[in-house]
Amino acid sequence: MRYLLLFLISLLISVLNAEQLITFSDDAYLKRYQNLLEELRCPKCQNQNLADSNAPISNDLKEEIQRLLEQGLDDKDIKRALTERYSDFILYDPKFNKNTYFLWLAPFIVLLIGFWWVYSMSTKNYISQSKDRDLEK
Amino acid sequence: MKKILLSAPIIFFLLTLGFLYRGLENDPKHLPSALIGKNIPTFELRTLDAENVLTQEQLLGQPFLLNVWATWCYACRIEHPMLVELSKRGVKIIGLNYKDQESLAGDWLDDKGDPYIFSIFDPDGKLGFDLGVYGAPETYLVDAYGIIMHKRVGVLDERIWQNEFKDKYYALENAIK
Amino acid sequence: MIAEIGQISLILALCTCVLMLVTPILYTQFQNGIWLRLSRPLAINHLLLILTSFICLTVCFLIDDFSVRYVAQNSNTLLPLVYKVSAVWGAHEGSLLLWMLVLGGWTAGVAFLGSKISAKFRSHMLSVLAIISLGFLLFLIFTSNPFERILPIAPEEGGDLNPLLQDFGLIIHPPLLYMGYVGLAVPFAFAIAVLISGTMEKEYIAWCRPWINIAWAFLTAGITLGSWWAYYELGWGGWWFWDPVENASLMPWLIATALMHSSSVTEKKGTIVTWTILLSIAAFSLSLLGTFLVRSGVLTSVHAFATDPERGVFLLVMLALFVGGSLFLFAFKGHKLASNQNANGWTRELLLVINNMLLVSMTIIVLIGTLYPLVSDILNLGKISVGPPYFDFFFVPTTVALAIFMGMSASSRWSTSNLSESMKRVILPLVICLISSIFVVFAIEAFSRNYSFSWSALITFIAVLWIFLTLIEDIHLKLRTKMVGVIKNKSFLGMTVAHCGLAILILGVGLSSAYSTQEDLRMKPGSSTYISGYRFNFRELNEIEGPNYSASQGVFDIYVGDNLRGSVAPEKRRYFSGRDVMTEAGIRTNLLKDIYISLGEPINNNEWSVRLYVKPMVRFIWIGGFLIAVGGIIASFNRRKS
Repeated sequence: MRYLLLFLISLLISVLNAEQLITFSDDAYLKRYQNLLEELRCPKCQNQNLADSNAPISNDLKEEIQRLLEQGLDDKDIKRALTERYSDFILYDPKFNKNTYFLWLAPFIVLLIGFWWVYSMSTKNYISQSKDRDLEK
Repeated sequence: MKKILLSAPIIFFLLTLGFLYRGLENDPKHLPSALIGKNIPTFELRTLDAENVLTQEQLLGQPFLLNVWATWCYACRIEHPMLVELSKRGVKIIGLNYKDQESLAGDWLDDKGDPYIFSIFDPDGKLGFDLGVYGAPETYLVDAYGIIMHKRVGVLDERIWQNEFKDKYYALENAIK
Repeated sequence: MIAEIGQISLILALCTCVLMLVTPILYTQFQNGIWLRLSRPLAINHLLLILTSFICLTVCFLIDDFSVRYVAQNSNTLLPLVYKVSAVWGAHEGSLLLWMLVLGGWTAGVAFLGSKISAKFRSHMLSVLAIISLGFLLFLIFTSNPFERILPIAPEEGGDLNPLLQDFGLIIHPPLLYMGYVGLAVPFAFAIAVLISGTMEKEYIAWCRPWINIAWAFLTAGITLGSWWAYYELGWGGWWFWDPVENASLMPWLIATALMHSSSVTEKKGTIVTWTILLSIAAFSLSLLGTFLVRSGVLTSVHAFATDPERGVFLLVMLALFVGGSLFLFAFKGHKLASNQNANGWTRELLLVINNMLLVSMTIIVLIGTLYPLVSDILNLGKISVGPPYFDFFFVPTTVALAIFMGMSASSRWSTSNLSESMKRVILPLVICLISSIFVVFAIEAFSRNYSFSWSALITFIAVLWIFLTLIEDIHLKLRTKMVGVIKNKSFLGMTVAHCGLAILILGVGLSSAYSTQEDLRMKPGSSTYISGYRFNFRELNEIEGPNYSASQGVFDIYVGDNLRGSVAPEKRRYFSGRDVMTEAGIRTNLLKDIYISLGEPINNNEWSVRLYVKPMVRFIWIGGFLIAVGGIIASFNRRKS
């Protein structure tokens, strides 16, 4: 009788409490999971990450990522497993390789040019300025 | 010096314009497969309606189309007659029944015709995941050694068969004769 | 019949455009004043014709005239009235008509409010605006005509306005955004007129500045509203995704911000004239680029209009002609513009140049990130994606740098280099700001159960306090030295309000990303969960009906301890017109914190996947944004003495 009561109570508790949609054996996995979902692109959608997409492929990939996390793979390996199958397209954080040198380095070059410009704007002296103008006439 | 600086914006703009122009012919949604030039992933699944367990080894020996399909996929219904037609022309097609229910799949093929030499039954989508499937229907062209040569996402119709698959398929067939 | 009137009005407007284009040339040729005097009536005529056309399209929607294809595609009899009106600009063709209307309005404005500039200069500006109108009118009439009929049999019922657009946001976001986007055509026309004439008077740039400020303010408001709308409408709690369409509106905004600051330098000191002209051209050029990106299908986006490569070609040609033409003009005639000697040393001017450098760099970075997937694909370097991780990586430090220099500029002077004086003035704010920020962040960790130490929160507090404290220091000094007139000056007031707005925005962005919590749960009616000090009880699940949809609605009660604080009712709507299901989030805010709940998917009988967020300070993002816009409007009321 006591056991029946205990069983019923635990049933009630489990009914009344919300459950994590996806449960992990280790809480640290959850944070990594949420970060990964934000960095990975849904292959089929019009520019959405896995976190925000409800497409069937997104749900499948979410389960796959959960499985890989539980297997103990680190983030790099999980991303590699996905890019091997879905190409680099699936990464919102582009890799740094010879195809993306320009993408990652150009901003720094732009800023360097910018600082040089600021420096030249503040130290131009009067003589060279009027010399330019004379030449143009 | 000043002339160079003044011309920089127009040069930068013309370059951008060139890319945008080329971009108009480009389809940003078209995602090529990551597996082109690579082998079919290893797998161990059984066929639809049969007890045999298959591995990728059994797929070697001849070029074929691998068609990813499912009964819940509306576009697959539209594509199906084309596949039946192709199988009548002698094109070898192997099906990959993706995340589907076996009985529904069986009935579907009985009802609409079976263009497949056989269909691999992949209810959990394991092989699908390894192939990089993201939206049925998808069709892969695989050569006799199991190397993936081409992938098309979306309905395979006559035009796409002619433009993207036909020549390659027959070239691969000739290569093994 | 009404659609035909609309159509004819457009064709007549085309004629007025051609006339507006031609009259300045006739004046130069024949030197007869009459050609100049025509410009005002022509501009008004043009505006009235476009307005007539716009009203005709609106009427077609209101009377459910489904023989007009655009109406049939975007409306139906069940659509609520207010959305029938906003459906006018809900898709490509109609939104272009709105664009034309706004351009017509700005053109008429220039025609009537140009007393400080010469009639000749004004007529040049109007020619430029007329060419732009002409281009868009041709585009509208020949490729995107909203008045096209479905013949011979009109459908009895229409399609639907995209459910995501059936919202308050559609009513004001595009008009605000276009007022900004299109308003930047005025400084563009100004720059072309300056290049044609070869000189720029100080009074002229003074005349142009309010136009820049107002267009910029509208653009700020439009972008802010768009972000807020995406937040509450799209159902996943994000407010900025670095999506190509979002970037397309951000880039002109960044350049326009730089332009606002550089035109201030040019007006006060007569320096960096060529730079200001270049920025004026760049701002509208980026608007045009944005228009191209959004409507051509070249980039993938959730926000893009229905795309069509044929339209893309037309827009590209317009882009080439307008932007290419103006930049060619700049390359050949830019050297004629006389500029004063740049001041040396640590001056207000230098700090604004740094501001410009940072803003332009940020624009280029956004442009590279947005276009790189396309470039990579075309050059066969592979198909890649560039998303928030890339943009955030560069944007966060540059924004912090902007904040640092903004604070420094409060203590700088225009005319003299005063590095040591500046440094002395900022020591105290700097010290207070660092100590307070460290204290606040550790206090938050110590006293709240929910939040731990966060570096991004620390940097946010430092940046925000720095901006506020340097502003206060400046005002304090001005009051003490009895420079009260400066404070009452609307320019200074506007600047202060806008900079405070920016600080508030940074506060919202930084703290909401540092301290937000999110849970994805399966819940059924009766279940409860605890997040971040709140208890959420999923009280009931209802099936409800709206005017044109049916929905599953979840009612969630929010408790702090035993007190019921309120409820939210997120919905999953299925619209009768048969489109995809839409999610409507339930949001509750007390301004300092947002509680955001949205329904995911039904799992089985009455269990749903539910996403719950607690987002502190997220409202401040949009409060800050609107404050920035208000500051811009205030600053444009400044009366200038020549």
